[in-house]
Amino acid sequence: MEEKFARPEIRKPENIVYKRTDLLVDRPLSYCPGCGHGVVHRLLMEVIEEKDIVSKTIGISPVGCSVLAYDFLDVDMQGAAHGRAPALATAITRLWPDRYVFTYQGDGDLAAIGTAETIHACNRGENFTIIFINNGIYGMTGGQMAPTTLPGMRSSTSPYGRDVDIMGHPLKITELVANLPGTYYVTRQSVQTPGAVRKTKKALRKAFDNQDLNKGVSLVEVVSNCNSGWKMTPVQSNIWMEENMFPYYPLGDIKVEGTLVEK
Amino acid sequence: MGELRLMKGNEAIAEAAIRAGCDGYFGYPITPQSEVMEYLMAEKPYESTGMVVLQAESEVASINMLYGGAGTGKIVMTSSSSPGISLMQEGISYLAGTQLPALIVNIVRGGPGLGTIQPSQADYNQAVKGGGHGDYHMIVYAPASVQEMADFVATGFKAAFKYRTPVMILSDGAIGQMMEKVYLSDPVPRRTEEEIISQCPWATTGRPPTRDHNIITSLDLDPAGQERLNLVLQEKYRKIEENEVMYEEIECEDAEYIFTAFGLSARICQKAIELAREKGINVGLFRPITLFPFPKKEIRELGRKVKGIMVVEMNAGQMIEDVRLSVDSDIPIEHYGRFGGIIPTPDEIVNVLENKIIGD
Ligand SMILES: Cc1ncc(C[n+]2csc(CCOP(=O)(O)OP(=O)(O)O)c2C)c(N)n1
Ligand code: SF4
Ligand SMILES: [Mg+2]
Repeated sequence: MEEKFARPEIRKPENIVYKRTDLLVDRPLSYCPGCGHGVVHRLLMEVIEEKDIVSKTIGISPVGCSVLAYDFLDVDMQGAAHGRAPALATAITRLWPDRYVFTYQGDGDLAAIGTAETIHACNRGENFTIIFINNGIYGMTGGQMAPTTLPGMRSSTSPYGRDVDIMGHPLKITELVANLPGTYYVTRQSVQTPGAVRKTKKALRKAFDNQDLNKGVSLVEVVSNCNSGWKMTPVQSNIWMEENMFPYYPLGDIKVEGTLVEK
Repeated sequence: MGELRLMKGNEAIAEAAIRAGCDGYFGYPITPQSEVMEYLMAEKPYESTGMVVLQAESEVASINMLYGGAGTGKIVMTSSSSPGISLMQEGISYLAGTQLPALIVNIVRGGPGLGTIQPSQADYNQAVKGGGHGDYHMIVYAPASVQEMADFVATGFKAAFKYRTPVMILSDGAIGQMMEKVYLSDPVPRRTEEEIISQCPWATTGRPPTRDHNIITSLDLDPAGQERLNLVLQEKYRKIEENEVMYEEIECEDAEYIFTAFGLSARICQKAIELAREKGINVGLFRPITLFPFPKKEIRELGRKVKGIMVVEMNAGQMIEDVRLSVDSDIPIEHYGRFGGIIPTPDEIVNVLENKIIGD
């Protein structure tokens, strides 16, 4: 670190206006350059740090590209089986009611194999936060079709584009769980611009603040790029996301303080 | 001091769990074991001891709740019956791979498929040989009475924490449903948060400034690391085989022939011994209580003294493989089994002994 700075005399605590949170472990992330996962990791740890709740936080990592999230997030973590994070989180919040518990899940994890666990945890009104990275694809296993893959979108298992007549429709699980009485806060955000990053951080902060109220699940969906799986450059992928993903998955709050937001 | 009560096997498990200081039960209804959760919900231990009782949306969910709960260092359990236990196999494999303590009760019913709700012992191989993916074992206890249903709950919790491993109580629909008198020991209080944190330094309790973050995972993408984990597991299983074997010998001292049976079959064999001895056949019973670790040495030694062994199981011949692997003397080892929920009668057993083993 030190040697990178030509002028150590200006690197004084009083001069630092921004730095990586100490809760993000100082090691190279396993994500592709340009991928949104890393940004969300940082925001998540900033929120934990700012709320000063490290000693009370337990995270659940999924199976997906973020399977190794526990290597980067400096809080106690348990790796779930594919899709089952909400079941783990349910038990942990019930056994340690004063802890802040979060799951971090991809769209395949949360909206395909783990659909039942997601819906039932949301419906029971468990007191934890779900961070849902929707990149419309199975990143980790090499770009197969996800439940969230857009109509016409190519993936390795929909090489001619998703044909909804054969492969079914993309699942808007976030809207679905917003309609359940057990969810308290449901929002959809993104991290492709500084403004979007700030909004996502606010959403994450709100989700963790909600846990102080014990009113049910807070779910923060982040529509994110998968430049590798989409076979684009990071910049192209962000443009493609804005033009194609956002119309299908519109950004903004869906449910706030237990009430659906009028659109 | 304790207390004497008349209870169903399933109820005895539930009551024993509360008394053993259990922190959490997660389950899904299935016959013939639903009384476990029904009893817990009626007793409301969440008001008395603070124990969490939760009905999950499936056995997939309940085993993963168990996995998450076990990660907290608390004492957790689930119960189910055969089809439900099949759904749990991935989660059990994760518990083994992450070396977490947990208790799983299987009140076995006849299969395959939806099968029947009548008692069976056809899940022996699934319980003892792994069941889920990867090289692992659970410690498996096979109760033969309502008393043992109750006793093996605390025994199971203790072994689970001693070795940090999933433990199974493998029983069947008859023992789960039948009523017997059972001695229940006095309740022990649930452990405090401080006790859990000091006894389970590996658990997800929240990272204080004084230690690194705890990570519970079975993933190691480096083959050398994954092999190391496997070697640790194998060494643990060898230790379990050295220290945890439990078995019972009944009328074996003068026996010329031996029945080998576990659980309900062993109960029936006890009656068969009486009938056989009335006919002048000196037969005894060797009852493995732990199915893993299997009492290999003990059955081998018995095998050197007797003229034949008859393995009685309510399945098509599963434990007999372990008996054959253990016994090194040249004696007949035969199997008698009934399936699909049919319980063998003592007469049948004696007949088969006479025809298949003594007649040889
Ligand atoms: C039971 C089971 N089935 C399948 C897999 C293989 N698998 C691993 S990750 C994954 C998809 C992950 O996609 P997603 O949740 O969208 O996460 P991403 O990688 O896109 O972030 C699959 C199918 C598995 N590990 N376990
Ligand atoms: S494959 Fe996709 S989701 Fe996974 S790290 Fe790369 S860009 Fe991100
Ligand atoms: Mg994905």
